[in-house]
Amino acid sequence: MQNTAGQNNTNIRALIEEKKKTKSIGRTMEKMVPGILLVIAGVSIFTTIGILFTLIAETFLFFKEVSIIEFFTGTELKPLGDNAVFGVLPLLTGTLISTVIAMLVAIPIGLMTAIYLSEYASEKARRILKPILEILAGIPTIVYGFFAFTFVTPLLRSFIPGLEPTNILSPGIVMGIMIIPMVASLSEDAMSSVPNAMREGALALGSTKLEVTFKVVLPAAISGIIASFVLGISRAIGETMIVTIASGSSKNFTFDVTQSMQTMTAYIVEVSGGEAAAGTTLYHSLYAVAFTLFVFTLVMNMIAQYISRRFREEY
Amino acid sequence: MKYIDNNLVQKKMGSRLLRNKLAKLFFLLATLFGLFVLVILIYRVIRDGAAWIDFDFINNKLSTDPERAGIMGAILGTLWLMLVVAPVTMILGIGTAIYLEEYAKKGKLQALIQTNISNLAGVPSVVFGLLGLTVFVRGMDLGNIVLAGGLTMALLVLPVVVVAAQEAIRAVPGFLREASYGMGATKWQTIKNVVLPASLPGILTGTILALSRAIGETAPLVVIGIPALLIPLPDGVFDKFTILPVQIYYWTLDSALVAEYTNLAAATIVILLVVLFLMNSVAIFIRNKFQQRF
Repeated sequence: MQNTAGQNNTNIRALIEEKKKTKSIGRTMEKMVPGILLVIAGVSIFTTIGILFTLIAETFLFFKEVSIIEFFTGTELKPLGDNAVFGVLPLLTGTLISTVIAMLVAIPIGLMTAIYLSEYASEKARRILKPILEILAGIPTIVYGFFAFTFVTPLLRSFIPGLEPTNILSPGIVMGIMIIPMVASLSEDAMSSVPNAMREGALALGSTKLEVTFKVVLPAAISGIIASFVLGISRAIGETMIVTIASGSSKNFTFDVTQSMQTMTAYIVEVSGGEAAAGTTLYHSLYAVAFTLFVFTLVMNMIAQYISRRFREEY
Repeated sequence: MKYIDNNLVQKKMGSRLLRNKLAKLFFLLATLFGLFVLVILIYRVIRDGAAWIDFDFINNKLSTDPERAGIMGAILGTLWLMLVVAPVTMILGIGTAIYLEEYAKKGKLQALIQTNISNLAGVPSVVFGLLGLTVFVRGMDLGNIVLAGGLTMALLVLPVVVVAAQEAIRAVPGFLREASYGMGATKWQTIKNVVLPASLPGILTGTILALSRAIGETAPLVVIGIPALLIPLPDGVFDKFTILPVQIYYWTLDSALVAEYTNLAAATIVILLVVLFLMNSVAIFIRNKFQQRF
């Protein structure tokens, strides 16, 4: 009798001890988890710091060897050989021209697509068309590069005789096609968030759908639409594989779109793929170009964020 | 009595109605342009590549001889790469999302991390390539192996996973959390046993989409220096490797020298697109099948 009671006692005591132990494990977990998660969340900050640090450190070394004025005003880029010249303007014009061509394709077609989907399309048409745009957005850029090089360039050459086998026109156009889904879906989001009451008001006054679109919906959604254009520009500036494949590696300083030109991104791929030895001016030039590219896209993204935050109209 | 005289309407605003119809036609044509390009693109790669896909093409190693070249190395490389990217990006992405949604107080730190993530999403992928080259390949002296490429790629797609996981966690309704707290559960228990299971489908969908982006990325891996040379099949995360898009890149570049390389590139594109299609189907399936509407 006493024996069993004693056993019960120890059992209960053991049970309590056990409970305490698991509870304290639970408590330490409870205290540690936020810390662990904070460290994990910090990785993204460290990534940014890492990017900035590597770019700035090596760019600094580069500007010790090449004057900053020569770099930003030089129209000649000959990175190889004994008399290497590093002027970034050929790469800047290449990037600028390909971006302009891409946006000439992406802005009108993307905006018209957004208008159709948001204002004209029936529910059924939208259900079919939107997934197609998503597929288009999901195709890897290397596939677009192949497409530009093996299909669009030969096609363009059949009616532009002076077009070189590698040129900036064809990748520019294909880049624009790649950006259409982005402009379309972001603009459509902006237009869909315009309340229906505003459309109905205009329709009741006798407007056609076209007039509603241009006089009511577009002005109301303009901040989101412009933000989508700016994000598209940023995407075009940073796009790499299409131009690397289809525009060749001539470092011409020219505005002639039928010629081969190199963008900043394509230069980075060419030079780093060529296994530039660490410590050389050529290797450092990679980082100077990448830093310029980084600043360009960062400014574009910040403008887009500013526009959509500053000019957003709340309904 | 008729309230609306259609003839009068036609007479008064006929030209405006016509303009509306024409504009609608234009907008429709612009929308169909995307579909048109997609059809041509898929037709072209299938026409150039489909005939080259057979068992040997998938099973052979790389070769300079187009007749004998295969993509087994690139397939294995892609698989190994994903075995690094998936766990790393999931741990980092879900951890960051839980911190931001559940633990972080609204304030400077939270805003800093959030802004930082949306800015990282806009950094061009070549810049990530340079980061990988500097930090993983040269800084840690890993060389251009699967692990270095995988870590680079995991950081590149991290913002996609974070944003998807944040949205999924935010969609878990408050009453589920309150019920858990009401039963005496602690915060971490609630997150672990209630919030995460409920948001898992959304998180998985986002992760798969991030992985399908990683599978198609080329530039960062070319930048960290994947060789165009023939290398032995990789069998671990410490081996040198190549992946499908990089192989497409080198074959396309060299197609001026050997015409058949165009076909090899097209055949590889077909394989890559099929893989992407399957991954996206799985993501959509998970979204439709397991997503609970609260």
